[in-house]
Amino acid sequence: MPRPLPALPETRSETAFGDFKLPLAPSEAVAEANRCLFCHDAPCIAACPTAIDIPQFIRKIATGNLRGSARTILESNILGMTCARVCPVEVLCVGACVYNHLDQPPIAIGRLQRHATDAAFDAGWSFFRPGPDSGFRVALIGGGPASLAAAHRLRRCGHACTILEAKGTLGGLNSTGIAPYKLRVDRSIEEVDWVLAIGGIEVRTGVRVGEDVSLADLERDFDAVFVGVGLGADSRLGVPGEDLDGVHGATAWIEQMKLGAVELSGIARAVVVGGGNTAIDGVRELLGLGVPAVTMLYRGDRSRMSGYRHEWEAALAEGAGAEWGAVPIACEGCRRVETIRCVRLDASRNAIPGSDFELDADLVLVAIGQSRLGAMLAAMDGLRVEGGRIAVDPHGFAGRGKWFAGGDCVNGGREVVNAVAEGDRAAQAIDAMLRGGAKGGSSDA
Amino acid sequence: MPDLSTDTGGIRSPNPFWLASAPPTNSGLQVQRAFEAGWGGAVWKTLGTPIRNVSSRFGGHTIGGVRGAGFNNIELITDRPLEANYREIAETTRLFPDRAMIVSLMFETREEWREHIARSIDAGADGLELNFGCPHGMCERGMGSAVGQEPAVNERITSWAVEFSTVPVIVKLTPNVSDIVPHGLAAKRGGARGVSLINTIKSLIGVDIDRFVPEPRVGGASTNGGYCGAAVKPIALHMVAALAREQSFGLPISGIGGVTNWRDAVEFMLLGASSVQVCTEVMLRGYGIVEDMIDGLEAYLATHGFASVSEMIGKAVPNFREWGELDLNHETIAKIDPAKCIGCQRCVAACHDGAHQCIHPQEGTRVPRVDEDECVGCNLCQIVCPVTECISMERVEHAVPPASWNEHVADPSTHPLRPKKGSHG
Repeated sequence: MPRPLPALPETRSETAFGDFKLPLAPSEAVAEANRCLFCHDAPCIAACPTAIDIPQFIRKIATGNLRGSARTILESNILGMTCARVCPVEVLCVGACVYNHLDQPPIAIGRLQRHATDAAFDAGWSFFRPGPDSGFRVALIGGGPASLAAAHRLRRCGHACTILEAKGTLGGLNSTGIAPYKLRVDRSIEEVDWVLAIGGIEVRTGVRVGEDVSLADLERDFDAVFVGVGLGADSRLGVPGEDLDGVHGATAWIEQMKLGAVELSGIARAVVVGGGNTAIDGVRELLGLGVPAVTMLYRGDRSRMSGYRHEWEAALAEGAGAEWGAVPIACEGCRRVETIRCVRLDASRNAIPGSDFELDADLVLVAIGQSRLGAMLAAMDGLRVEGGRIAVDPHGFAGRGKWFAGGDCVNGGREVVNAVAEGDRAAQAIDAMLRGGAKGGSSDA
Repeated sequence: MPDLSTDTGGIRSPNPFWLASAPPTNSGLQVQRAFEAGWGGAVWKTLGTPIRNVSSRFGGHTIGGVRGAGFNNIELITDRPLEANYREIAETTRLFPDRAMIVSLMFETREEWREHIARSIDAGADGLELNFGCPHGMCERGMGSAVGQEPAVNERITSWAVEFSTVPVIVKLTPNVSDIVPHGLAAKRGGARGVSLINTIKSLIGVDIDRFVPEPRVGGASTNGGYCGAAVKPIALHMVAALAREQSFGLPISGIGGVTNWRDAVEFMLLGASSVQVCTEVMLRGYGIVEDMIDGLEAYLATHGFASVSEMIGKAVPNFREWGELDLNHETIAKIDPAKCIGCQRCVAACHDGAHQCIHPQEGTRVPRVDEDECVGCNLCQIVCPVTECISMERVEHAVPPASWNEHVADPSTHPLRPKKGSHG
């Protein structure tokens, strides 16, 4: 089986970053694990999209059963190593910890999960075997977290899998988009290799579905198809000057920073447009790479931003600036951007006449969303696309015969852990469909 | 300021905190440092015919990440020359005349006892403690717990010591017996002025699961030792209380076994101990723990209006009863304070899996519900609840008058029992 990635360049910009959240030392992990109350029907499990049995894996750390701990995690979430680093635990499991209601800090669940899963990776433990060959073949469009989770579950059920990935890189945003102070691309690739090690997952990179292979071909050649294509290109501002040098779509710039190098010499002031988590990532990455002044420009106020509060507070601590209630109306400069012209908005988000102002900016990242790829499926009768998202039932069934979907292309752009949960869920529905001999949907869909 | 001074069978000390006969009292420099730290007395590491020790000697019991929650040792009595011991005892008693110096002894023959009792008293001992408790190494040679487990031998050797001694003799009892009372009475018949208990509990602290060797590991093998430390306190409290309430006993008691702080000490004294002895907690943390013990005890006495330690000794003894004397009609049920509940539902798991299936989750809230018709008031939920005063055991008022099992069996008609609960139909 070919490696899913060409060798990574030695000098990647992301290697400038260390871990924002440090790993636990072994004695620290045991002490923290011993604090866990082992709640009944634990709220942390309910808060985890993949429903990891968190008290159980923590108890196993406390008893020195690290192998069992990692197995508990990975049984529910095959990308548990990544999720330990990138999950917004503050609003998921850790946010649900009952210690938040007591005068004690909540359990450091993410760091404990990292402790166990890193141990598994470092020791090379493998836990899962493919099921007996079922004779069924499943195609997975896109090689990100949703498809990886789905493919792994399908292999455990004995179905042959083929992943079709447009890029040269597997792992999706885990490889190209995660802030490097949480996860660097080499670690993502290790995890991809670890997932693929179950065997029986054919990987075809550089294949664009709709161009190199048609949807009809897939429907003909496979017994089921899972769509996990994620999101498309960065949305554009639609203002004059947007094509000047120095104005970048945020996810494109982040991908370049992670897989290669970005040129920041001479950049003194940067502006990141947007108020979501990608915008905050961009701010923190620019600050971390040494840009002296980085300002987030957001149309709403702080209470309206979709980025997590804990992420923004970390950005503030690292020196971020902000302009609230304003939008760009032009990028200005001679060949290269020099300023960004903005206008303030009133409470109804209408431009306030005469409120124009300028921000100096040698670099602009546009983080106002990404295009949705549902349109590529519109050609297939029965597949429903709503606002660019693929509409699915609670099992990930997309409405036509053998078609299922999950991840950002369904949910519009959420966390890695949501993509894993949706991929896993769809794989179980696909398995039920194939074993039931029914074409289309799971039994109770 | 309350008076902390105590008198245990004629052995007086400025406070009730003594170091037990053990490694912390192995030498003059150690005991002098302990006295500087504030300890009221010390029982010198047992003198006897010097022995040889093994390496290693101690084992720790880790419980829920707490290291040393229990502890054991396979060390024997002093391995230092007796001359050195007597010289250092004399030096220490000269430097700290106000502290209680008790010399622990373990010998075989009557003549040996005579000689070493005399030498101990010459060195300045305020009292003698007879080591009839050591459960390893010495008992196989006919000493230690081999003496303490045979009331007749205990009585005979105690009577020798009393005959030879001009200072009070107390007997240190072994817990490795089915009932402590006959052994305390044997010491009394022998003429002892008091007893101290418990010595360590015969134990095997653990197993090295990779080498397949019990611990503490001496090369490729180990042996049984003496269990002590915080974990043994409940066993010690029971034995102290059993002697304290025995009408025919009546001797002062020096309480030993899992005393780690002033709270533990108060519990021992409320159950009848005049002084307490500490070893393991000092081995784990050093002599400095006595400062908090003194402060804490003073504050406790002041809070309860006791002018002296002696006023509190034995206060809980009358409330230590036989099971058959307890009121079967006393009814409590668990109440959960929803304002304090953090929703961990450990009480649900505990009640369902380990008790009487009467605490249930509810729709729309993490706060569980108590089925009061089924709750037997067992306390398990309150024990597992991590929140202070969230679950309380509340008295249920009813018309049935108190009745103990003994009373009910004697006359059911005049001592009826309330309806039974917790049988689920």
